[in-house]
Amino acid sequence: MTTTESTLDRPASPPAFQPVSGARKTKNLVATVLVGLAFLVAVVPLVWLLITVVAKGFTALLSADWWTHSLKGVLPEEFTGGVYHAIIGTLLQTLVCALIAVPVGVLAAIYLVEYGRGRLARTTTFMVDILSGVPSIVAALFVFALWIGTFGLGQSAFAVSLSLVLLMLPVVVRSTEEMLRLVPQELREASYALGVPKWKTIVKIVLPTALSGVVTGVMLAMARVMGETAPVLVLVGYSKSINFNIFDGNMTSLPLLIYTELTNPLPAGQLRVWGAALTLIILIMLFNLVATVVSRFSAIKTK
Amino acid sequence: MAKRIDVKDLNIFYGKFHAVDGVTLAVPPRSVTAFIGPSGCGKSTVLRSLNRMHEVTPGARVEGKVLLDGEDIYASSVDPVEVRRTIGMVFQRPNPFPTMSIRDNVVAGLKLAGVSNRKQLNEVAERSLRGANLWAEVKDRLDKPGGSLSGGQQQRLCIARAIAVQPDVLLMDEPCSALDPISTLAIEDLIGELKKDFTIVIVTHNMQQAARVSDQTAFFNLAGVGQPGKLVEIDDTEKIFSNPNQQATEDYISGRFG
Repeated sequence: MTTTESTLDRPASPPAFQPVSGARKTKNLVATVLVGLAFLVAVVPLVWLLITVVAKGFTALLSADWWTHSLKGVLPEEFTGGVYHAIIGTLLQTLVCALIAVPVGVLAAIYLVEYGRGRLARTTTFMVDILSGVPSIVAALFVFALWIGTFGLGQSAFAVSLSLVLLMLPVVVRSTEEMLRLVPQELREASYALGVPKWKTIVKIVLPTALSGVVTGVMLAMARVMGETAPVLVLVGYSKSINFNIFDGNMTSLPLLIYTELTNPLPAGQLRVWGAALTLIILIMLFNLVATVVSRFSAIKTK
Repeated sequence: MAKRIDVKDLNIFYGKFHAVDGVTLAVPPRSVTAFIGPSGCGKSTVLRSLNRMHEVTPGARVEGKVLLDGEDIYASSVDPVEVRRTIGMVFQRPNPFPTMSIRDNVVAGLKLAGVSNRKQLNEVAERSLRGANLWAEVKDRLDKPGGSLSGGQQQRLCIARAIAVQPDVLLMDEPCSALDPISTLAIEDLIGELKKDFTIVIVTHNMQQAARVSDQTAFFNLAGVGQPGKLVEIDDTEKIFSNPNQQATEDYISGRFG
């Protein structure tokens, strides 16, 4: 009696849904471990670097002089003075570079997306690709040959900015191009259908729609060129004092200060190296932060 | 306001591809003409060539004539921007300008043409939104972004934007295909009202819709893939849906193909 019942109770065919098989569980575990390890490998050096820089450099940043004074008249062994002149130099060189690279880059991207057809567009894209692969030392040497060699002009912060333009331009063109391509063709057509000419459609519809992404791209490109070292080694001299003139005289930037103070083996020099490194990281971080804030404010609202 | 359109022997090409072959039709003013036909038969292409919008696609060109009250819009002396201002268009998917408020969306055409008088702009915005049956729903939130509206409201916003520049003709490219039945009904009612002031040409895949809203219907078809699309026949909507002249039209309408 009981045997018949158990036969009846047993399902005629195996249930449709089976538990997860052992093989799949194992594969899942292996993959999870591998991905986790890869993440650690990527993150550990970054955290290590940050800890080292902060640990060795933060004491330099604690004094008010660090942010407000230059190193003018400071002896190698003295723990006084600051990097105000180098912060000014880094910001000036980056801003001048951006003033040139952003309009040219954005306009080039508009050409490529909205107008470019055929050979000229292909050549431009190809050149931008090549330019983005040019090492910074090559860009610096090119400007050196042109600015100082051919034109016979002296070393200056402006020459540095020019070589930074070569490095920043492809990044701006690329990021702007991508943002403009994200703007749906339907929006352009909607504008044309209202009898709006093409140039006005680009200025009033396409650019505002892509603005947030374009601004983010520009800010990130600026953060990227801020730490470039090769151009400042080749194109401008080191100075211990403040210089606001980008066309004349030596002007120190943070990378140049770090490079110069490396030759100072005294504890004061080492502290200045790590302090300047930390200052540079903070500056770049601030730029990234501003990029995030700006893009959030200029982002398209839906509520 | 409300001009007639005469299309004479229109051939449309994309590069070397012959997309539409020899279309001749007439659209009287203050009427609704529906284009129906299977996918790829060229009805949207014909619609887009009526306000020179197809030229936006690289390599596209036309042969033949499109006359707006007797004036050839393809004449070499004619500015395509002016043509598009006179012949407005509503697209398949609602596409309000994402950076603009509801009010700015409606008056975008005027603002971009240089009108800056606030009072005038506000009047046009209200009149156009009333014309698009949207005023009651949005009058308290005109400064909210256009993207905050529902799909059906966005499409009526786009219609309001199109009529704000006071075109003579309104082209609609499947304006309801992305909308739910209730929004579709709202747009269809609106089309019925708009035809008092505008000449309307509408492309639709929905034959009931063509039967409901249009005065005359044009049936397009193509012989096969890679072949150009053709206008099979154009007649009063009642005739097309009850007793068409062509067998192909009857087959399509009765659902035997397509």
